[in-house]
Amino acid sequence: MIRNFLISREAILLLVILVLVGIISTRFPGFIVPANLANVFNDTSPLIILALGQMVVIVTRCIDLSVAANLALTGMVVAMINTMAPDLPIVVILMVAMVFGAVLGAVNGILVWKFEIPPIVVTLGTMTIFRGLIFLISDGKWINAHEMSPNFTAFPRAQILGLPVLSWIAIGAVVIFFILITRTALGRAFFAVGGNPHAAVYTGINVGRTRFFAFVLSGALAGLTGYLWVARYAVAYVDIAGGFELEVVAACVIGGVSIAGGIGSVGGALLGALFLGVVKNALPVVNISPFWQLAISGSAIIIAIAMNARANRRKGRFILKQAEQST
Amino acid sequence: MSVMKKILSTVAIATTFMAGAAQADDVRIALVVKALGIGFFEAAAKGAEEAANELGGVEIIYTGPTSTTAEGQIEVINALIAQRVDAIAISANDTDALVPALKKAMDRGITVISWDSGVAPEGRSLHLNPSSNALIGNMIIKLAADHLPDGGDVAVLSATTTSTNQNIWIEEMNKVMGNYSGINVVGTVYGDDLADKSYREANGLMQTYPDLKAIIAPTSVGIVAAAQAVADAGKIGEINVTGLGLPSEMAGAIDSGASKSFAIWNPIDLGYSAAMLAYNLSQGNATAEPGAEIPMGRMGNLTLDDNNEGAMADPFVYDASNIEQFKSIF
Repeated sequence: MIRNFLISREAILLLVILVLVGIISTRFPGFIVPANLANVFNDTSPLIILALGQMVVIVTRCIDLSVAANLALTGMVVAMINTMAPDLPIVVILMVAMVFGAVLGAVNGILVWKFEIPPIVVTLGTMTIFRGLIFLISDGKWINAHEMSPNFTAFPRAQILGLPVLSWIAIGAVVIFFILITRTALGRAFFAVGGNPHAAVYTGINVGRTRFFAFVLSGALAGLTGYLWVARYAVAYVDIAGGFELEVVAACVIGGVSIAGGIGSVGGALLGALFLGVVKNALPVVNISPFWQLAISGSAIIIAIAMNARANRRKGRFILKQAEQST
Repeated sequence: MSVMKKILSTVAIATTFMAGAAQADDVRIALVVKALGIGFFEAAAKGAEEAANELGGVEIIYTGPTSTTAEGQIEVINALIAQRVDAIAISANDTDALVPALKKAMDRGITVISWDSGVAPEGRSLHLNPSSNALIGNMIIKLAADHLPDGGDVAVLSATTTSTNQNIWIEEMNKVMGNYSGINVVGTVYGDDLADKSYREANGLMQTYPDLKAIIAPTSVGIVAAAQAVADAGKIGEINVTGLGLPSEMAGAIDSGASKSFAIWNPIDLGYSAAMLAYNLSQGNATAEPGAEIPMGRMGNLTLDDNNEGAMADPFVYDASNIEQFKSIF
């Protein structure tokens, strides 16, 4: 069990992250201070939450490119609700964000399930539609810090036991997903559907419905992150989190989630997101030219995919052992 | 009784105004905007009215399409030609598409100028820019220096590495650096005009340069994100965030003290200057040619370059004293 873990993807990634943090701290000692590491984790929390949802979707052989647009649309909706009803309790805002996000995810899910459109096409379409909807409801205007109520923006940064609420929500999401993936029938169904859809049908799993649930989960998390994002940066406009969907997919891929489906873990998604988070937070402080920053992030992704491809390569099976021996 | 009197006097005044407006010898200047109902342009119209009151005998026709399209503006221009206005001052939705319609207006003897958003040189006699790159470059460093009498480290948070505007402004800023002794620009980082990346870069700046006194962000996304990052880091008062931003977006940062002041054009001054220029050109007080200096009332003179373009003034500085007035405008 321990030996298995040591050679696992997660262990290697954890080691890489630790080495990376070590190297960074030689150039910038302040990076390794616990308070700063907590900041890095907090800054990475939205990515962690979204990567969990994306992981489930990718495991079922789908992809959700609409997460960032969903985040932005839900963020704008809750920000507008807040400007209209500033006294609404944050619990209600959180519920609205998750339900609204889940509904947007369900739209993706229905199109994939009932209309059998390839997920990449569906989510590319809804991505643009969601961004367009933000423009329609907001008229392209920004919702700014002074228009939001103090409670609304204070919630994600409120401290509990030394960590902001935003970090605790990410930790909570990781725990819930770990239980969901390893201890429930739905969790196993995700892997069955992604590993071998045909075999999954024979075991009585409804492939389309399972994928639908994956999209709903991803959507609900995107909606939740939408509120957290808008509150954290205290601004909502059409382009928030532009291009973030690719970062989310990258976090999954780096975390060893196979784009071909069926392979992935909560730990992997968490570590993949943390890896990107460390890189993103370290680059500004180690004084690397901005022109190199993009190249470095890109290389990390390609190296991870190359490692995935090697690890997931199926070894050829000998069907006729004798024939092989006779040659 | 007093109410009755008030109504009567109001009616009387209104009648006088209407009578005044209907006089044939009034100079009629049309202020054509990108679309009606935008705070920025409403404020510009207010400025134009101010110019009209100052000049006397001038009627401002504030008009524009209901959505920001070139087609809508062409219809508006054709209607204005039919009304035989004296001058058109336009903020264009398209550089080239409006040229034929505006040419037609000029052929009928109507003075045409563009302001804020320009049209191609053949479609107007001059273009009024709110400011110039050199003035902006100087202003952003001046904003930081004004609050640092003893000097100190400042850093720049820009948009992307390839953003033309920001790069030119920073270049212009570096040219005049020598005039601000003690101000030391320690680095330039790029937030890519994304709230999250700008926030992270601002945090990076605060960590890398513990003695940082100001962050200059010549981009509206960057300045808001940097102000938020400074507030979250508990460094309000230590680090001043400044640069270019919009009053509506920066009101929170001014309230919290994360930003002491920032700059952007003043739409009221812009509308005022456009009306003054249109008046002076249509009355033959000045001609639009390269090198010409055309008076624009309290805003001084507009000097035209080879393309018949000119810069109005330094960007206008917004701080706690005027943010309340402007935050609802734009």
